[in-house]
Amino acid sequence: MVNRKVGAFVGAAAVVFAACSGSATPAPSASAAASAGGAAGCTVGVSWNNYQEERWGKWDEPAIKAALTAAGAKYISNDAKSSPETQATNVENLISQGAKVVIILAQDGTAIKPSVASAISQGIPVIAYDRLIEDPKALYITFDNVEVGRMQARAVFAAVPKGNYVVIKGNKADANADFLRGGMDEIIGPAVKSGDIKIVGESYTDNWDPKNAQTEMEQFLTANNNKVDAVLSENDGMAGGVVAALAAQGLAGKVAVSGQDGDAAALNRVALGTQTVDVWKDARLLGKTAGEAAAQLCANKDITTVKGTAPFTSPGKNTLTSILLTPQAIMKDTLNIVLDAGWITKDKLCQGVTAGSVPACP
Amino acid sequence: MTEASGVRQDATRERPPRSLRSLLTALEVDTRLLGMVAALAIIWIGFNIMSGGSFLTPRNLWNLSVQSSSIAVMATGMVLIIVSRNIDLSVGSVLGLTGYTMAMVQTVWIPTTLGLGFDQPYTWILALAVGLVLGAAIGGFQGFIIAYSGVPAFIVTLGGLLVWRGLIFELQQGQTIAPLDKTFALLGGGPVGSIGEMASWAVGILACLGIVYTLIAGRRRRRRYDFPLRPMWAEVLVGVVGSAAVLGAVMVANSYFWPEQLAIEHFGPDARLDIPVGIAIPVIIMLGVTLVITFLATRRRFGRYVFSIGGNPEAAELGGINTRRTIMLTYVLMGILCAVSGAIQTARLNSAVTSLGTQNELDVIAAAVIGGTSFSGGIGTIPGAVLGAVVMQSLRSGMLLLRVDSPIQDIVAGSVLVVAVGLDTVMRRRSA
Repeated sequence: MVNRKVGAFVGAAAVVFAACSGSATPAPSASAAASAGGAAGCTVGVSWNNYQEERWGKWDEPAIKAALTAAGAKYISNDAKSSPETQATNVENLISQGAKVVIILAQDGTAIKPSVASAISQGIPVIAYDRLIEDPKALYITFDNVEVGRMQARAVFAAVPKGNYVVIKGNKADANADFLRGGMDEIIGPAVKSGDIKIVGESYTDNWDPKNAQTEMEQFLTANNNKVDAVLSENDGMAGGVVAALAAQGLAGKVAVSGQDGDAAALNRVALGTQTVDVWKDARLLGKTAGEAAAQLCANKDITTVKGTAPFTSPGKNTLTSILLTPQAIMKDTLNIVLDAGWITKDKLCQGVTAGSVPACP
Repeated sequence: MTEASGVRQDATRERPPRSLRSLLTALEVDTRLLGMVAALAIIWIGFNIMSGGSFLTPRNLWNLSVQSSSIAVMATGMVLIIVSRNIDLSVGSVLGLTGYTMAMVQTVWIPTTLGLGFDQPYTWILALAVGLVLGAAIGGFQGFIIAYSGVPAFIVTLGGLLVWRGLIFELQQGQTIAPLDKTFALLGGGPVGSIGEMASWAVGILACLGIVYTLIAGRRRRRRYDFPLRPMWAEVLVGVVGSAAVLGAVMVANSYFWPEQLAIEHFGPDARLDIPVGIAIPVIIMLGVTLVITFLATRRRFGRYVFSIGGNPEAAELGGINTRRTIMLTYVLMGILCAVSGAIQTARLNSAVTSLGTQNELDVIAAAVIGGTSFSGGIGTIPGAVLGAVVMQSLRSGMLLLRVDSPIQDIVAGSVLVVAVGLDTVMRRRSA
């Protein structure tokens, strides 16, 4: 009887909670940022795919706004709430509200293509923000994922130029897993060929699941009798699983491990010395670049004239005009970068770290 | 109910029988379980040959026991759910939510929100208690809808799969919670989270005494009700083989030694390199859960109700069984077991991630079904499901040892599932 009541209560609470959180974050409304400047009076519209995810409102939007305000342009936006159909309508709305340039964080890079084509045919330049839209006439701004793989391998290779390597890849259905692996191969490929590096274990990991990565690592350690010198893990979550497996053998901190994403837990591991490198993609840089590109497009609609663009061959074999940003490798000595950026608090970064062992935790 | 407890008339003959079949009959061994043990032996020996002898090492078997434990714990509950003709697709998400909540309790709510600090002696108990209560509440809530409103279990738990997963994200915007309380982390195993040589032997000896006691008590009970007795030689054989298996397992766990680096880290630079690890705590938890659920399923009214509902729901209801309450209780139990597994998985990973428990529902259902649980209801055993979990994990771990990549692993695991259940169905039809 008690169970029944408790169950019903928790369920009701869950429903109420879910309903509240659905409307708790108000969709970003058009915010006026009028000022005089170079692209003065130009309106830039941003179509978010799902503003409820913490990242966009916290990091990306302020950076875009700041760049636009500096150029004297006006920022308007709307939120598609994870619906491709809504996003198509939203792009139309932005244009009818007077947007002269549209930035799209695509929910579905394929479904949005007709809206992009229609905007461009009306003389409105489109920026594909962070996620690929396969349209050669749109400007693609993102972080270079192949470079992320290169940076992970570079840092680990510098620490362990010779020895046994394990590669923990992400989900097999995710193209990023292979981009990253490709980047790694550019760095360690020659050493693998010459025999300096031996890959003693390599596996895709379903759902990028840390628990699966842990089991993979345990088995690779067992198969090689603990003779593993370095682990190239494609992201931070899986690196967590790898480090847990290493710790159970007393090897945490003795084996080089890579990751990416700038997870708080992973940055803490870098400070503790159990993870070698965490490749961090600063969302504010992405936002700033997109804002500045939009301001330039207000004056000149030709996307190839935007500063820093280069041709990029997409997975769909289109040649896109793109700006590929370089991520940052966060290591023991460069932890101040994430601290100064306000990305993580000192408490979290230095939890359990011996004071003075890294410059960021005095 | 199960073949193991069925009493057969011809078991009274006192002379050892000639043929294998009559031997098995006299021993009253569950032939399906025996078949699974044989299949497991083939898998293990096969992997051992293919991996050049690295599968059947104490270290790998010890790994395997820890890796199987969280799925095995949930599989024991899934047996009762499937036996009563229901299903639970939400176990992975419930595991995720309870695990994530327990991590929040020990790394955020107790130390920061309440300002009591990290690594307090009571932290792990409080965290675990919150998780278990939450698991029971979620299970009870789903069970209530299924039992009392008549929405199919498939739909309710499919909804649960989405809802609970979504709530995990809402709790911390997808952040990883780490590291956990030091005492709580022991629940995940590792040499530190193991009970050591002496305690392992103690557990082994207790288990042997348990076997002997069960045999004697069973014999006494049969005599009291004038049931035919198992021949004495059969009783002794079962006792000896069972005890030997238990002590053998303990011996394996005790011949896995602390890894060199960890031993130095823990016992100082002059540490001996032959300190036995012993049985891991998650494995002890798994064995405890198996015992308790087996007892509930075979010796308590609740278990008998579950099996009779599965055998014939209408008859059970007409027979005066409160079927709705019983069904709801199976879900409460499932929720609690998900929380136990959630504790094991987060402790093992020493962190909670949003993907915790993703797709575990498939592994759990597969384990129960490979273990002989029938979707048509009324048939299934708890030890079978645990063995099923070990079979599935043996395939995964073994293929990883052979460096088979995950797409092929999925293909093999899926095929084995279908073949195993197919064989079982054919055998059952033949014996019926």
